[in-house]
Amino acid sequence: MKRFLLGRIAQTVPVLWATVTIAFVLIRLAPGGPFTDERNYTAESIQRLNAHYGLDDPVPVQYVRYLGRLLHGDLGPSFKYANRTVNEIIADTFPVSLQLGALALLFALAMGIPAGIVAALKPHSAWDNAVMTLALLGISMPSFVLGPLLVMFFSLRLGWLPASGWESWPDRVLPALTLGAVYAAYIARMSRAGMLEILPMDFVRTARAKGLGAAAVIVRHVLKPGMIPVVSFLGPATAGLVTGSFVVETLFHVPGMGSMFVVGAFNRDYSLVLGMVVFYSAVISIFNLGVDVALGAMDPRMRSHRRI
Amino acid sequence: MRPDEWRGPLALACTLCAAVLSAGCGSRERPVDAASRQGVLLLGNLSEPKDLDPHVITGVSEFNIVSALLEGLVAEGPQDLAPEPGAAESWSVSDDGTVYTFTLRQNGLWSNGDPVTSADFMFSFRRMLSPELGSPYAYMLFGAKNAEAYHKGSITNFADVGFEAPDSRTVRITLNAPIPYFLSLLAHHSWFPVHQPTIRAHGAETTIGTAWTKPGSFVGNGPFVLKTWEPGNRIEVEVNDSYWDRARVKLNAIKFYPIGDHKIEERAFLAGQLHVTGTVPLDRISYYSSTRPELLRLNPYLGVYYYLFNVTKPPLNDVRVRRALSMSVNRGQIVRYVTKGGEDPAFCFTPPGAGKYSSSARLDEDAAGARALLASAGYPGGTNFPRIALLYNNSDAHARIAQSLRQMWTTQLGIDVELVNMEWKVYLDQTQSLKYDIARAGWIGDYADPNTFLDMWVTGGGNNRTGWSNRQYDILVSQAAAEPNTEERTRRFQQAEAILLEESPVMPIYFYRSKSLVHQSVRGWYSTILDRHPYKHVYLTPGG
Repeated sequence: MKRFLLGRIAQTVPVLWATVTIAFVLIRLAPGGPFTDERNYTAESIQRLNAHYGLDDPVPVQYVRYLGRLLHGDLGPSFKYANRTVNEIIADTFPVSLQLGALALLFALAMGIPAGIVAALKPHSAWDNAVMTLALLGISMPSFVLGPLLVMFFSLRLGWLPASGWESWPDRVLPALTLGAVYAAYIARMSRAGMLEILPMDFVRTARAKGLGAAAVIVRHVLKPGMIPVVSFLGPATAGLVTGSFVVETLFHVPGMGSMFVVGAFNRDYSLVLGMVVFYSAVISIFNLGVDVALGAMDPRMRSHRRI
Repeated sequence: MRPDEWRGPLALACTLCAAVLSAGCGSRERPVDAASRQGVLLLGNLSEPKDLDPHVITGVSEFNIVSALLEGLVAEGPQDLAPEPGAAESWSVSDDGTVYTFTLRQNGLWSNGDPVTSADFMFSFRRMLSPELGSPYAYMLFGAKNAEAYHKGSITNFADVGFEAPDSRTVRITLNAPIPYFLSLLAHHSWFPVHQPTIRAHGAETTIGTAWTKPGSFVGNGPFVLKTWEPGNRIEVEVNDSYWDRARVKLNAIKFYPIGDHKIEERAFLAGQLHVTGTVPLDRISYYSSTRPELLRLNPYLGVYYYLFNVTKPPLNDVRVRRALSMSVNRGQIVRYVTKGGEDPAFCFTPPGAGKYSSSARLDEDAAGARALLASAGYPGGTNFPRIALLYNNSDAHARIAQSLRQMWTTQLGIDVELVNMEWKVYLDQTQSLKYDIARAGWIGDYADPNTFLDMWVTGGGNNRTGWSNRQYDILVSQAAAEPNTEERTRRFQQAEAILLEESPVMPIYFYRSKSLVHQSVRGWYSTILDRHPYKHVYLTPGG
């Protein structure tokens, strides 16, 4: 296990390096720079700003300097938000995205797994059809449709929940529902499929034959192997959820990483975009690693040969 | 499937609905109502400020916050932005209009209790002009003697610049030539004072982006102090108890929300989370004007929406072509059916409200004349007209205007232009490097004077992205700047603007309106030409 972990960690280093390098080059290829503004800065002002941020050096020099700083965990200053560093911006926005993502995930699991189990226990029944119809709706409806619909109903019509913002707990409800809906739908379908795969197996029949109650069979024997598809989906899903969703964060004016990242690209805020790319890549690598470990623990077959 | 099989799922759905409905009984007080009671103004502020340093910022949403935190020598009246005493309690002007002497008030204090002195202003002006800071708005101070030379580094002794502090309560400013709008200019953030010890405590005075502008560090002399800054979420300022005019300030706090998406901002307003929005979605204006007119404010705004012609490339290097394009546009139709925000069609470049100035020349709309001009340029009926592109930045509103123009030119002139839309920075890059044929643009005046609209078209001007140059125009604009006689000055600007319209390197379309939704509890929020609303005059009436 230790060797497996070390190997996986060693694999992430070149991945991170390649990501940083590609992002470093790409963002500089985009026309317009961080100080291209509607009101023209004078040539002298641009020169001073470039000198201040070290943008007047040749690109390879900038690249090496960036990598050097990165090794010390320093992501540099933001070019747009003059009094903040990228580290500060991530420290401000990541907890917000993390909280939103965690709530959305909680909602998705709390809705998706029971729904999937109910559907699987009585396949092709009314329960199954109802759950699967809802799941289909959840998957097909983009968040930029669902979000405003929820706002129209719960905020504008009923006046129960705020339409946007991130100050009090009620503010969290609608964004978490919007973000979690599509995941809840996927999880419902996957847990149904996973359960249906396990239910007809011999060991389940054996358990029943031993005289175990229906509930005990499900909880003790079917649930764990039945949830394997859900768990492997959870890695990328969690990474996607906690690193922020541009659409949902914008829809509800949530000050998270997703919206900051996209705005950073529009602003050509080189260091902000790069810093966030590095951070995203690291988070995604960690979650994928976590999933491999969890799957190994859940399914003995995977421990020996699973190497992603 | 038997119908009774659905009983289970249906029962569950009904139970959930009932639970949701019963949970909602008992009405919630809306945030605006609570805030009105507490004297807290909730403002939509469109975008996240890049900084709150008055010598670094460039945007309107940044000014909206900084003007609550800092006060220049002169403040603005609530209804017409007329100069009124600010950090200076009085002033006098020399007979020739070039020397202003301000007397600072005795009780002027920084939010940390330090007195506001003339040395603070000297420090601020020097910082604003210092080449090392590289402030994009340094030119706002260039009316002062030698200010431009100091900024460009040709003189290095600040004592030679027209700023003096004979004693701790006197600020004397000597101008190159009289500036009729000089007092109004002083309410612009580039003239605001900053607290010297605070800036120094956080780094070199000319380093941008130090931590002095963060909550807890920021020291200001305005009616409010910075309390919270949650990036991307909100900025909160609360009343400054050491402000000299504290008795007049009725609000206890202001919260600024940087909501960039107009529809989301509108929804926040409808859900009772904002008192005032930064704008109104275009497609919702007709709804509000017909059903909720009491909420909608569409006010004249000192700005012009126009198109740039790249005069360095054929066929737009031919003035006849440019004029033909401009003459064949029906501006009335565009404002009536496309923009629909109560805008006025623009038949000159300088909008109404730029001081007492109005353009004497006007563009005419004459489709037949346009066809004749185009024919004389060698393209009768649009034949052989080269394919040109019309560039705009991604936005629904710009796209709709571009489409109308294209249609008008096809029907009136028989020419076809290609519509090209680009992301904002790419668009800026293309227009700045003259890699376009025709491009949309907009300009909001920095102060209420024609100079802010006309001096941008002088040869080599940083914002003159057309390649156009006219010697006579340059001379007239520089003469106007130095002209002591107001009428003569107006006349020169009018002559210059006549040349600009005649030569048509730009094609004005309409004059802006500021658009906002204003909750009925807000008082003291007037229509002003620069869309500024001095907060110390604003108050809230709970239940209003």
